[in-house]
Amino acid sequence: MIKRLGNPVIWGVGLLVALIVASLSISIVPETKQAIVLRYGQPIWKVNVYEEGSEFGGPGAGIFFRIPFIEQIQFFDKRVLNVEMSEPQEVLSTDKLRLQVDAYARFRITDPLQMFRSIQTEARLSDQLRTILGSSLRNELGKRSFAQLLSPERGQIMENVQTALNVQAKKYGAEVIDVRIKRADLPEGTPLDSAFTRMRSERQQEATAIRASGQREASIIRGQAEAESARIYAESFGKDPEFYDFYRAMQSYEQTFVNGKGDSSIVLSPNSEYLRQFRGRK
Amino acid sequence: MAAGSPWGDGPSKGKSGSNGSGGPANPWQPSGGGGDGSGKKGTVEDLFRNRGRPGGGGGSGGGGMANLPKLPDGGKFIPYAILAVVLLWIASSSVWRMGPQEQGVVKFLGSYSRTVGPGLQWTLPYPLETLEKVDTQAIREMPIGSPSANDENFVLTSDQNIIDMAYEVRWSVRDPELFLFQLDDPNAAVRDTAESAMRAVIANFSLDDAIGPARTDIEAQVRARMQTILNDYRAGILVQGITIRQSDPPQQVNEAFKQVNVAQQDAESFKNNARAYARQLIENAQGQTSRFDQVYVQYRLAPEVTRQRLFYETLEKVLGKVDKTIVESGNVTPYLPLPEIRRRAESAPATSVTPPAASTQSSGDQK
Repeated sequence: MIKRLGNPVIWGVGLLVALIVASLSISIVPETKQAIVLRYGQPIWKVNVYEEGSEFGGPGAGIFFRIPFIEQIQFFDKRVLNVEMSEPQEVLSTDKLRLQVDAYARFRITDPLQMFRSIQTEARLSDQLRTILGSSLRNELGKRSFAQLLSPERGQIMENVQTALNVQAKKYGAEVIDVRIKRADLPEGTPLDSAFTRMRSERQQEATAIRASGQREASIIRGQAEAESARIYAESFGKDPEFYDFYRAMQSYEQTFVNGKGDSSIVLSPNSEYLRQFRGRK
Repeated sequence: MAAGSPWGDGPSKGKSGSNGSGGPANPWQPSGGGGDGSGKKGTVEDLFRNRGRPGGGGGSGGGGMANLPKLPDGGKFIPYAILAVVLLWIASSSVWRMGPQEQGVVKFLGSYSRTVGPGLQWTLPYPLETLEKVDTQAIREMPIGSPSANDENFVLTSDQNIIDMAYEVRWSVRDPELFLFQLDDPNAAVRDTAESAMRAVIANFSLDDAIGPARTDIEAQVRARMQTILNDYRAGILVQGITIRQSDPPQQVNEAFKQVNVAQQDAESFKNNARAYARQLIENAQGQTSRFDQVYVQYRLAPEVTRQRLFYETLEKVLGKVDKTIVESGNVTPYLPLPEIRRRAESAPATSVTPPAASTQSSGDQK
C-alpha cells in the first residue's frame, strides 16, 4: 500500500532525471548546422558534415546520442556564409588612378574539425577571411590598369582573388565559393570631381558640335534652295532673254516709280520713244 | 547497570520475566512496545515512511492526488485536463492548413524530411516533426538605390563615366528547402549579387547607352547574370526581373547634359528656319516664272503688239504719278528747282509700298 502511494512521485522524479539525462545525451543537429563531438575537449567525431553534391534529408542531420558531461558538442554553420569587407578598399591601379572597391566572398565550412583546431569560432574565421580578402584584392587589382578594372576582364581578376583566398581558407577548413566586386567607385573628392569636370566638358563639346552641325545643315538647305530657284528662273527666262530683259525692265520701272518711295520728277526729251507719236512723227 | 534494579522491583514481579530483561535496565533500548511509539522515536526508515505519507495521501484509490481540488461530484479533472492539453498540442502541431501560395518544409528531428504543398497537411506532433511555411508565389521586391537626389548610387560605365542608378530586383523562392538551408542570409545574397551583376553589366555599356536605349538590354543581362550566380550558390531563388527606375547622369553634371538637349533643340530650329527660307525662295521663283511664262506665251503669238502695249501701259502708270518736264535737248539749259521739290516732299505724305523682297532680289538677274 505505501509503495503504491509513493509511485507518482518516483515517476515524477524518474521522469525528471530521465529528461535531464536525455537532454544531456540527445542532441538534435539541424540541417543548417554541422557539429563536432569533443571528448574531454578532444574532437572525436563529426556530425552532418558538408559534402559536395549531397542533398538535404540525408542521414547527417537529426538526432544523435552522446555521453553526458564527458562528450561535448560544438556546432558550426553548414550554410553558405557571407563575408564582406568592413570598408571599401582604395586600390591604386598601374596607371596611378584610384578606385574604391567593395567586395564580398561567400564561403562554407567544409571541415569543421580542421576549423575548430585552427581557429575555433566562425566569427574569427570571418575576420580572418575578411583580412585576407582585402589584401589579396589589393594585390590583384594593383597589377591592373584602370581600364582593365572596369572591363569584362574583371572576371579573371576575381578568379585569381578567389584562388588566393581559397589557399588560405583551406587551412581553416573552409572553402571559398565566390568572390565578387560589389562596388567599384571613384573615391570621393578630387578623383570624383575631376571625373565630373571631364563629363561636363564632354557634354559641352557635344553641345557645341550639335549646334555647329545644325548650322551646317541649315546652310546646306539654304544653298540648295537658292540653287533650285536659280535653276527655275534660268529655265523659264532663258527661253527668250531679250523679252525677259524688256519684261523685267517694265516691272522694275513700275516698282521703282509707282510703288517706290518719294516723289520723282522726270525730265523727258522730246526725242523719247514715249513721245514718238506726240511729235507727230511716224 | 546496577542502578536498574531498584527501579524495576515492583512491577517486574507481577509481570512476565521477559519484560524485565529488556526495559528499564537500558535507557537506550526502546521499551517493549516499539511499534506504538514509532511517531516519536523513528528510525531512519520511519522518517522516510512518514515523509511519504502526506504525499501519498490517505485516500484508498487516491492515485496520489488526494490533496488537490476535486470536482463537486468527487471526480478528478486533472487527468482530463492533461489529456485535453496533450490532444490540443498534438492537433495544433500536427495539422497544418497551407495557403495556395505556400509550401511547407517538414523536418523530422531537425533533419529535412519532405516538402508539402498547399491544402490540409499532417505531420507528427511538435518535437518530432516541425513544419516551416514558405511563400513560393509571392514576388519579393528589393529596391537598390533610390531616385531621390540625396541618395546616390554611382555606377561606372565602360567609357569611365558615372551614372546614378536606382533599380529594383523582383525575386521569388523556387525551392523552399534550398532557400531555408542553403544560404545564411538569402536577402543579403540577393542584394549583393544584384549590385555585383549590375556593375559588371554596366561596365560593358557606354554612358549614352546606359542612360538611354540599352536599358532593357541591361535589365535582361543583369537578370541572367544574377540567376547564374544564385544557381551556383544553389540558393533556391528565382530572379523574376530587374526594373531600372533611374539611370541618369549624376546631379553634379546634370546641367551639362541638359545643355546638350538645348543644343539639339537649337540645331533643330536652325534647320527649321532654313527650310522655311528655302520654301519661300522656291515658291517665289515658281510664282515669278509662272507669271513670265504665261505672258511669254501671249507675247509669242503677237510679239510686236504685246511689247508696245506693255511699254505704254507701264510708262502710263509711271509717268502718271510723277512730275514731267519735257525739254528740248540742246537749246535750253535745264534748271531744276531742287529746294522746291524737297519742300513738297516734306508736306505731302509719301505714298509708298514696300517692294516685295523677291522682286528686288531678282532685279539682279536682269543684267
